Order: sequence, then C-alpha cells, then structure tokens
Amino acid sequence: MSQSLATTPPAPADAPAYNPRNYLNAEAGIASWLLTRDHKRIAVMYLVVTTLSFALGGFYAMLIRIELLTPGPTIMSAMSYNRMFTLHGVVMIFLFMIPAIPGVFGNFFLPLMLGARDVAFPRLNLLSLYLYAIGAAIAVYGMIHGGADTGWTFYTPYSTTTVTKVVPILLGAFVLGFSSILTGLNFIVTTHTLRAPGMSWMRMPLFVWSIYATSVIQILATPVLGITLLLVAFEHAFGWGIFDPARGGDPILFQHLFWFYSHPAVYIMVLPAMAVMSEVIQASARKNIFGYKAVAFSSLGIAFVGFFTWGHHLFTSGQSTLDAGIFGVLSMFVGIFTAIKVFNWTATLYEGAVKFTTWFAYFCGFLFFLVFGGMTGIALATVSLDIHWQDTYFVVAHFHFIMVGSVIMAWLAALHYWWPKMFGRLYPEGWGLVSAVLIILGFNATFIPQFLLGNYGMPRRYYSYPERFWPLNVASTAGASLLAFGFTIILVYLAISLRWGKVAGPNPWGSRGFEWDTLSPPPTENFLENPVYTRGPHDYTEAPEGAEVTHAT
Amino acid sequence: MNELMRKLLFLPEQGSAYATEVDRLHFFVITVTMVSAVAVAVVALAFFVKYKRRSERQTTPHVEPKAIHEVLFIAVPLTFFLLWFAIGFPLFVKLQTPPKDAMDVYVQGKKWMWKFAYPGGPSGVDVLRVPAGRPVRLLITSRDVIHSFYVPDFRLKQDAVPGRYSQTWFTASAPGRHQVLCAEYCGIGHSAMLAEIIAMEPAQYDAWLAETRRSTVATAQDSPEDRVDPRTSLSEQGRLLSGEYGCFKCHTVDGTRHIGPTWLDLYRKAEPLQDGKSVVADEAYLTESMMDPAAKIVAGYQNVMPTYQGRVPGPEIAAIVEFIRSLRTDAVRPEPSKGPVYVPVPGYDPTSAR
Ligand SMILES: [Cu+2]
Ligand SMILES: [Cu+2]
Repeated sequence: MSQSLATTPPAPADAPAYNPRNYLNAEAGIASWLLTRDHKRIAVMYLVVTTLSFALGGFYAMLIRIELLTPGPTIMSAMSYNRMFTLHGVVMIFLFMIPAIPGVFGNFFLPLMLGARDVAFPRLNLLSLYLYAIGAAIAVYGMIHGGADTGWTFYTPYSTTTVTKVVPILLGAFVLGFSSILTGLNFIVTTHTLRAPGMSWMRMPLFVWSIYATSVIQILATPVLGITLLLVAFEHAFGWGIFDPARGGDPILFQHLFWFYSHPAVYIMVLPAMAVMSEVIQASARKNIFGYKAVAFSSLGIAFVGFFTWGHHLFTSGQSTLDAGIFGVLSMFVGIFTAIKVFNWTATLYEGAVKFTTWFAYFCGFLFFLVFGGMTGIALATVSLDIHWQDTYFVVAHFHFIMVGSVIMAWLAALHYWWPKMFGRLYPEGWGLVSAVLIILGFNATFIPQFLLGNYGMPRRYYSYPERFWPLNVASTAGASLLAFGFTIILVYLAISLRWGKVAGPNPWGSRGFEWDTLSPPPTENFLENPVYTRGPHDYTEAPEGAEVTHAT
Repeated sequence: MNELMRKLLFLPEQGSAYATEVDRLHFFVITVTMVSAVAVAVVALAFFVKYKRRSERQTTPHVEPKAIHEVLFIAVPLTFFLLWFAIGFPLFVKLQTPPKDAMDVYVQGKKWMWKFAYPGGPSGVDVLRVPAGRPVRLLITSRDVIHSFYVPDFRLKQDAVPGRYSQTWFTASAPGRHQVLCAEYCGIGHSAMLAEIIAMEPAQYDAWLAETRRSTVATAQDSPEDRVDPRTSLSEQGRLLSGEYGCFKCHTVDGTRHIGPTWLDLYRKAEPLQDGKSVVADEAYLTESMMDPAAKIVAGYQNVMPTYQGRVPGPEIAAIVEFIRSLRTDAVRPEPSKGPVYVPVPGYDPTSAR
C-alpha cells in the first residue's frame, strides 16, 4: 500500500469495480433525496447536516479560545462570550455528538450488519431527520435572534430569570429530543425483528449491541429532558414558580431532573463511539474480539448503571452526605464497564495481524482519551477530589476527553474505515495519517493545559481571569488552532476523494465485518441475494478466496 | 515529594491541613492512572510489534478468553476504584462536619459580590478576615441566582443557593491571603466575582475585631436597602426585623405556647412533625419554615403561617436565624441529633485569647 500524498494514481486495468448501480445514483433529483426512505440516503443526509453543525460548533469554540488568549477582554464583550460558550455547548451536544454516530453510521450500517433491507420504520426514519432539521432551525433562529447566555446546562434560577431569549433554544432542544427518541425506537425494533436467517443475538456485530444499548437510553432518558426544558421555558415565559425560589420553586430540583438525563446522555454519545471502535479494532487486528460477551454485555451494563449516578454532579450543591456517598460508589461501578472494554480491545491485538492505518491511528487516540478521560472521571467520583475540581477547567477537560475526544476519534475512524463502503472510493492514506497525528496532538495540546488550569483553580465560564492562568490558556488556544487545521485537511481530501479517489472495490481492507459482504457503494436493496449467516462477524480463521484483496503489496 | 508533585500538577498552595490531605489522594490517583495507562500502552505496543500483519492473506486463530481474564479485568480496577473511594469519602464527610468549636460567618453571594457577616458584627464585602489556626464555619446562601464559594487554596467549594443555607468549614493553617472565586456561572460579572480571605495571627485578629466593633464609623459597606443598622450584632438585627415582619404575633420568645411554636430553645431542638416524623430545627429547617411554612408543620399546630418567600432578603434571614439561635435558657443541653455535630458557643467572646 504505497500512495504518494496528493496524487491519486491512475486506476490500473484490473482495478476493483465501482458498483455502477448503487443507492447514490438509483434515483436522481433533489426530490428523490428529500422524500427517500432508504436508510443509506438518510445516513448521507445526516452526514451533511451533522458535519455542518460540527463546523458551526467548532467556529464558536475557536472564538472562545481566541477570547481567552488574554486575561482581559480580547475580541468580544462578556455578554457575547457568555452566549458563545452556550451556543458551543448546545450545538456540539444536541446537534452533533448525540445524533452524529447513530444518525450517520447507525443508520447506514445497522441494517447492513443485520442482513436487513432497511430499518423497521423507513418513514419514521425520514421523520426523525426532519425533526432534527426543524429542531436545528429553531435553535439556530434562537442563536441569531438574541442567543441564550445560560450555558448548555440551563441552571435555574439563572436560566428562568435571564433577559436573553432562552425559549427558542429550549424548544429547539425539545424537538431534537423527539428526533433522538424516534431513531432509538427504530433501531430497537430493527434489531428485534429484521435480523436475517442465522443472525442470532450472539452473532450480532458488537456495533449493533452498543447502538442497541444507546437506543434504550435514548428512549428512557430523553423524555425527562424534554419535560424539564419545557418547564424552564414555561417558567421563563409565564413566571411559573417551579425552579425559582423567589417564586416558591426549588432550584436543586432542576439539577436532579437535568442530570437524570444528562448523565446517561454521556453514554448516548460514548456508546456509539465504543460501537465503532469495537469494529475498527477487529478489522485492524484481523481477529475476532477477545471477549465478545464481556464487550456486548458491558454496553448494556453501562446503559443500566448509568441511570443511577446523576447525583455526582451535585456534590457541592448541599446534597446530603449519604447521597453523595451512594452516587460516588455507583459512579465507580459504571467506570468498571468501560475498563472491561478497554482491556478486551487491547487483548484483541494478541495473536492478531495488525496493520497501521488512519483508522487504527484514531483507535489509538480513542483508547488514550478513554483511559485518561475515564480515570479522571473516577477521580472526580471520589467526592472529596471533586470538591476542588467541580465547575473548574478540570471538569471541562475531563468531559472533553471522555465525550468529545472519544466521539471525534470514533467519528473520524468510522468516516475513514467506512468511507470506501459508503462512497466506493478510497481516501488518500498519507494525508489521512498526517491529519490524524495533527488532530490527536492538537486535542492533547488543547485539553491537557485545561486539566492543569483546573488543578490551578480556574473556574469554567470565565470571561476574564487572574493573570496566573495566562500561559496555560495560551497553550490551550494554540492546541485548538492545530485541531482546526487538521479538520480542514480532512474536509478537503475527503471532498476530493468523492470524485477523484481511487476506486475501492467491495472490501479494500479485507474486513470480515458483515457490512463488507455487499458491493461498494451498496445497491439500494443492500444485498443482491438474501444473506444467510453461518458464523459470527470478524472470523479470520480462513484465508480469503482468490485474489480478492487487491492492494496487497 | 509533596511539593514536587504539587508544582508538577499546578496545584495552588495548601492553605489548610485538609488541602494537604486531599492532595495526597490526588497524587495517589494520578500516579496509578499514569502507571496503568503506560502499562496498557506498552502491552498494546508489544502486541503491535509482535503481531504485525505480514501478508494480506494472513489468517488468525479464533481466541476465546478464559473466565479468569474477565474476572481480573473487573477485579483489579474495581479494587483501586473502591480503595480511592474509601480514602476520599471520609475526607468529604470531614468537610461536611464542622468541629464544635468553629466560629461562624454568614456568607451571602449576590450578583456579583460576596458579603460576609459575623454574628456579633461587623459585616463586610469581598474581604473575610479570619484567625489562623481556628476552625471557621461558613453558612452560605445567595440573594439571587446560584453562586459557588470556591477557595482553591483550601480545596473547598460550596454552592450558594437562594432560599436555603448550606455549610462548610476550614482552618487556615497560617496567616496569609487566599483568593475566593465564584465557581457557578451567574452572568456577566461571574468572572469578576472575586473575594479574599485574609488569615491573621489570632491575637491580631482579635484586636482587629474588637477595634472594628468599637469604632463608631460605619465600616459596613452594605447596600442602602438594609433596614437595620448593620453595625449592631446580627442577633440584635434579627430581633428588630422579627418585630418588623410581625413574627411575634404568633411566636413567643419566653417559652409560652402561642399560635406558632415558641422560639426559646428552638434551635437544634428535635421537633415532632404532623406526619409522625421529626426534624431538627437547624439553620436549614428554620430557613425552610420561613420560605415554605407548610412543608413541615410541627405536630399540634395549624398551617396558618404565610410564606416569606421573596419578602425577606438573604441577610435578613441570616439575622433572624441568628436571633433564634441566641434564644436559649442555658448553654449546656443534651445533643438532640446525630446531624452535623455542632453546638454554638453562646456569648462567644472573641477578645478572650485561646
Ligand atoms: Cu455524570
Ligand atoms: Cu457568582
């Protein structure tokens, strides 16, 4: 596998075939896309909208980092800064991290991995995309028209008394919640009812297990967020006394309701990332996962225990000492499930045939962020350490590692690993590796200084700060610029490869994941014949037939 | 070793013995994290080198884990996690349990300043003077939105929640200055909501306090909305305010029964409730009873008290609570609860040297 950086070599005569009759060109015209029920086309549209959201959230992030380049005012007022970090959080969480992996890769690959023609409810699937678009539109309208200054956590009574317009953004998030619920419902029913012959539960790819666990959380937790956000909107608009003590409400009640959703929401974001990585590690090592059952059931374990740890966000709120202890211990148990996965992924390399690719580089980055993000999470759960770190940059760095780091690594790994399957063409491997290194370095350079800032005692959401925090903030901003540069490179080469990339063929990686059994890009009906499964996924015990693998060196 | 680790991790100075203890746990956790992360990385790297792909047609054996592997994967990290919790949680309990001889300071967060009031006066803004070496209990509330009282040097943080009191405590180990920051986002002035704790030699502190109380010049920097002279003691202010708000129409201060329970010896008393439970009349309950009187009705009384929610600002609640605390027949009384062990020192004389 040798490719020079910028050029794509001309396709040799015996190049692998590009499937000429595929889901992308099956129908033409805008209407055929907007009215499609094909899960693959819906996934591609999700890819476009979530990428746009990511760019918007990243733009806000850069403005925040530039503002923090100096201790005093730099480029904006305190009010604009407060709006900026609110919008950054809302866009990244509700418009990117929650829908991105399930919406794009879940939609595209869940049916392919189960041997199904589509998801169980194709029309509902399209509706959830439209709900996403409507929710996003309402939220963006709210941003242009005022923009809330509450932080994405909307803590009361600040959020119910602020003069900024929080209601549109709350309603936007409310509508997005329905999109999330419908997607989850669709995946659960698909997994239960549309498995092809031979696809028993214990043969399901680990990607499906993790997405399934995610869907369960989405269905159970999202309604609580919806209700809570509506109550905040009502209190803000009509002066109801629910959370504001000056009107007879209870501000801590809000925190309980909010984190009852928002702690499990961490797993709504991280479980899909783990889903991707379970596939990527097996294809990289060309070996079956070390402990299939352990990895599969730990996803369900995370989904279950994740519902009983929300109180670890309230250690400084005046919560009772006993509550703090119980929530602390339960948070330790949720960490164990992640530890199980980390060890099993690493052990998968044992006796494998490992190859270093761009997506394997992202796997390594993912493992690093997960281990450090997870261990700092455990440290926070010891309660007394949290007292110092609560609401400081340490917490900011912690959740950027565990949530954002793992989601971005998985999102990029998935994009590179499945790019040939989705679009039938290869990305340039050299540029892929360069940008992977840039992004992993940039991410560390951005957030390791923030861990130290938290230790040093800098609270989050600070527009200005005492001068002793200056050098670490400069380092963090420098890292963020590196990140932005890396993402730009990826955007450019992926866009170029769509048209000019080398044709991939059905299975350029020699992966034994079930989704690779079909052509690239897949036909609208997914499989030419109805698949029947006689063995589990990623079984590499036999050599491939014929000269199927084409770019062997 | 302690100093080296502290500097490496950018931790601020350790202003109290508690800070040193918490940092020790911090160092333990971070060291194990680093070691285990390096171990995982080394194992992964070794596997990568040893099992590098040699040919694109290479096959691999089907490997199934033994049960012992998965058991170890769970047991080893869980042991460490629970060990850390076993060290960390008692420290938290300690922070939640002020010592009996702690001196009290009322803290009120407000957009965007910190107000401090000593029970015997005076009160001030953004500067809290305390004696080094003596435990100080902070009773924290807020006038508007949620703030959070954060002292990095003491590894201490407690949210200031409107309508209720929460407590925390510290002992400054030596004279010095320590920054206070607001850690819970509260609007435009959030990052400017800074204050300072000045720990003084106990003798100097006592002299300062006596001098301030004696001086007739108003040192109080309270806002004009204060209805009572901020130079008088907090419990005296509370007495005046209680009269103004009409509390004495229903509550007596001499132990006689009236429309509402008497205030004499009320503080820290275990009150039986209508629903058969009982409650200790601490700061939290007294505040709650003013804000939401119907929530916990003492057995034998009617639910007739109006709410004072939004009518009585935070510092006035503090004053009234302080007044109730001052009403007691004797100083020594049986301990009624197992809650935070704290019995105030009546007639605490700050001028007497310890
Ligand atoms: Cu959480
Ligand atoms: Cu504040």
